[in-house]
Amino acid sequence: MSGSSDILSILLEQVDRLLTQHATKEVLAEAEHGTWPATLWNALAEAGLSLAMVPEEQGGSGLPPADAMLLLRRVGYHCTPAPLAETMLAAYLWAKAGGKPSVEPLSLAPTNVEEQIRLLHTAHGASLAGQARRVPWGRDVSKLIVFARDEQNRSYLVCASHPLGEGPFHRNLAFEPRPTISFDGITVAEAEILPAPSICINGVLELGALLRSQQMVGAMERCLDYALTYANERKQFGRPIAKFQAVQHMLAVAAGQYAAATAAADLAAQAVGSQQFGFAVAVAKARVGEAAGVVAEVAHQVHGAMGFTQEHPLHFATRRLWSWRDEFGHEAYWQERIGRIACKTGGANLWPMLVDAQR
Amino acid sequence: MRALQFDPVTLPPEAEEMRRRVRAFLAAERTAGRLVAYRGSWSVFDPDFSQRAGAAGFIGLTLPREYGGHGQSSLVRYVVTEEMLAAGAPCGAHWVADRQSAPQILRYGSERAKREILPRICAGRCYFAIGMSEPDSGSDLAAVRTRAVRTRGGWLINGSKIWTSRAHQVHYLIALVRTGEAGEDRHGGLTQFIIDLSRPGVQIRPIRNIAGRHEFNEVFFTDYFVEDDMMVGKEGQGWSMVTSELSFERSGPDRFLSDYHLLVALIDKVGSMPDRRSAIEIGRLVSHLAALRRMSISIAGLVEKGKMPGVEAALVKDVGTTFEREIPEVARRVITTEPSLEEDDVFVKSLAHVVLEAPSFTIRGGTREILRGMIARALGLR
Ligand SMILES: Cc1cc2nc3c(=O)[nH]c(=O)nc-3n(C[C@H](O)[C@H](O)[C@H](O)COP(=O)(O)OP(=O)(O)OC[C@H]3O[C@@H](n4cnc5c(N)ncnc54)[C@H](O)[C@@H]3O)c2cc1C
Repeated sequence: MSGSSDILSILLEQVDRLLTQHATKEVLAEAEHGTWPATLWNALAEAGLSLAMVPEEQGGSGLPPADAMLLLRRVGYHCTPAPLAETMLAAYLWAKAGGKPSVEPLSLAPTNVEEQIRLLHTAHGASLAGQARRVPWGRDVSKLIVFARDEQNRSYLVCASHPLGEGPFHRNLAFEPRPTISFDGITVAEAEILPAPSICINGVLELGALLRSQQMVGAMERCLDYALTYANERKQFGRPIAKFQAVQHMLAVAAGQYAAATAAADLAAQAVGSQQFGFAVAVAKARVGEAAGVVAEVAHQVHGAMGFTQEHPLHFATRRLWSWRDEFGHEAYWQERIGRIACKTGGANLWPMLVDAQR
Repeated sequence: MRALQFDPVTLPPEAEEMRRRVRAFLAAERTAGRLVAYRGSWSVFDPDFSQRAGAAGFIGLTLPREYGGHGQSSLVRYVVTEEMLAAGAPCGAHWVADRQSAPQILRYGSERAKREILPRICAGRCYFAIGMSEPDSGSDLAAVRTRAVRTRGGWLINGSKIWTSRAHQVHYLIALVRTGEAGEDRHGGLTQFIIDLSRPGVQIRPIRNIAGRHEFNEVFFTDYFVEDDMMVGKEGQGWSMVTSELSFERSGPDRFLSDYHLLVALIDKVGSMPDRRSAIEIGRLVSHLAALRRMSISIAGLVEKGKMPGVEAALVKDVGTTFEREIPEVARRVITTEPSLEEDDVFVKSLAHVVLEAPSFTIRGGTREILRGMIARALGLR
C-alpha cells in the first residue's frame, strides 16, 4: 500500500528506526517474562505515536485511520511487545466520543463477542458490572476504554482506571498479557462516561479485528523476510536451500497468501468510518487470519530445526500470528458473518454487493 | 518482502459509468434468456453475443478510435470484463482477441494488420486463438520448433501447434515460431506471425477434452505462406512479446471468475438462512474473492500506468486459480449431490461442468508450477 504523503513515509521510517532500536530480541524476551518495556514505551509515546490517530485539535497527530493502519503493520513487523495498537485505537475512540486523551498506555474491553459490560446508574452514581476475559495488556495499562450498555441498552464508552477487579491471569501464545478484568462494583465518575461514537456503537470487536489484521500483515512480512534470508544463507547438498524447487514453491505460496492478506487488510483500512466497514473488516480478519496460518507454517518449514529454537527470532512473529488470528474473532467467526451476508444477499446480487463493498 | 507491490487503486468515475452501461446491457441479455447459468462465462463460444457486445461498444475498449476502439483506460476495460464474467455472459468467442491479440497487434503489428483486423475485433466479428504450445514445447515454451523461412515477399511456415483452443472456430491465430538460432539464453530467434486460418497450408485436427468436448485442436502448417506485414513486431523479438502478452493473459478477472457461476449457484442452493457450517464455507470463499478482486484491480492500475506486471500477474493467477479449484470442492462439502451434466438443476449441472473443467484452470496460460517459479525468482530465490 502506498503512503498518501511524504509525511507518512517519513513517519513509517521513523517508526521502523525506533522499533529496530528499542524492540530488540532482549526486550522482547524480557517482556515475555513480565517486564514492562519502559524505554520502548517512552520512546513511542515521545514520538507521539500513542496519540497518532487523535485529531490535532485534541492534541494528537491527526493521522487518518488508513495511514495509521500502515503504521500498525510496522508495529506488527517488529513484534512490538507493548499495547501500542490498543492505545492508538482507544485514544482515537475516546477522543471521538469527546473525551480528553492522555498519553498513557490504554487498552480496550470487552474483546469477546459473548461478553457484555453493564453500566448501572444508581442514586450513588454510576458503576459497572461484568467481566472481560483476555483483555490485552489489561493490568499493564493505566486505563481501559470499556464499551458498556446501560439499562436502556444505550451504548457508552467508559474510561475505567485501575485498580479494577482482577480475575485469572492468562497470556496468549506470544506471552502477551491477556488477564481477565472484573468490573463488578467499579464506580465511575460521570466525566468518564461518554456516549459511544457511531464507529463503535456495537462494541469494539470490529475495530479490534482491524488492528489485529494490520499487525498480522506486518508479522507475516517479517516471517517472509526471515525465511527468504535464511533460504539464501543455509546450505545443504552443497547449495543454498533456496535453489531447491520445493523450497521455492513453498515460499511462492506464502508470498501469494501474504499478497492476498495485504489486499484484504487494505480493504478494511480504507473502509474505516464508512458504511462498508463491517463487511470489509470481516473480509480482512477472515482472509488475513487464514493467510497467517499458512505463512507461519511455511516460514517454520523453511527454517528447519533452527526455526524451532528460542535462539532464532522467528517465533516472536509466528507465535503472535497464532495468537492474533484467534483474537477479536477467529476466521470461522468472520467467515460465518460474511457467509450469512452473502446468503441473505442471494446469488444474483452477490456481485453488485461485493462491488459496492469495495468502493 | 517489498518485491511484489499491489498498490490500492480506486476505480475512476468513468469506469463506474461504464459499469452502469454494461449492467444495463447484461440485464437485457438476461431478460432475453441469453446468459448461460451453468457454464463459465468465457468458456462459452457465442458469436452472436460477441457481435451484440461489439455493437454496444464493449470490445476493444482500450484501442484507439481510429482502429474501431473506444480509447478508454485499462480500468474501464477491467470493469467491463468483470461484469461480463460475473453475469455469466458467453464471452468465449471474442475473449482471446480482446484480451491479448488486439493489444499485441496494436503495439507491434503492421499498419495493414491494424487496419484490416482491429476494427473487426472491436465489432465482435473477428476472433483469435493462441499459437504458442507445441507437442514438445509446453511449459518450456522456448523449445518451439515450428519454423518460418524467408521466401519472396514473406515467409513459409512448417510445423505444428497443439492445444490451440477454438482454432476450428476462429479466424486467426498468432503463432510463435522459430526464425533463427536460439542463442545462449534460448530466447533468441523467435518471431510471432498472424496466421489466417482460412488460407491454404493449415490443417486443423480436433482434440476432445475429458468432458468429451471439442475445444482445443492440433494445428498443422505445411508451406503456409505469410506476408511480411503479418509479422508481429520484429524478427527475433518473439520472446519478449509473448512475455508481455502473457501478463495480459494472466492478470485479469478471468483468472479467478472462471467458475464464479458455481459459487452463485451454491449460494442460491443453500438459501438465505444457511446453517453455521455452510455460512462459514461460503464466507471463506467470498473473503478470498474480495481480496483477489482488489489485487486484480491493482494490476489493471499498473497496466494503465504502462507497466508490465508479469510477476504480479503470475501471482494473481496462481492465487486466483487455486481459489477457482476450491469452489467445486467446497460446494460438494456443503451440498450432497451426485454431479451430472444431464441434470436440469442449475447447481448440480454447474458442479458437473466445473468438476470436469477445473483441472485445466491450473494448467492453461502457464502451469501453477511455472508461475510459482516466476514468483520465486522475483523473491530472489533463483
Ligand atoms: C484447456 C487448455 C487450453 C489450452 N489452450 C491453449 C491455447 O489456446 N494455445 C496454446 O498455445 N496453448 C494452450 N494450452 C496449453 C498450455 O499452455 C500448456 O498445457 C501449458 O503451458 C503446460 O504445458 P504442457 O501441457 O505441455 O505440460 P508440461 O510442460 O509437460 O508440464 C507437465 C507437468 O510438469 C510440470 N513442469 C513442467 N516443467 C516444470 C518445471 N520447470 N518445474 C516444475 N514443474 C514443471 C508442469 O507444471 C506440469 O505439472 C491449453 C491448455 C489447456 C489445458
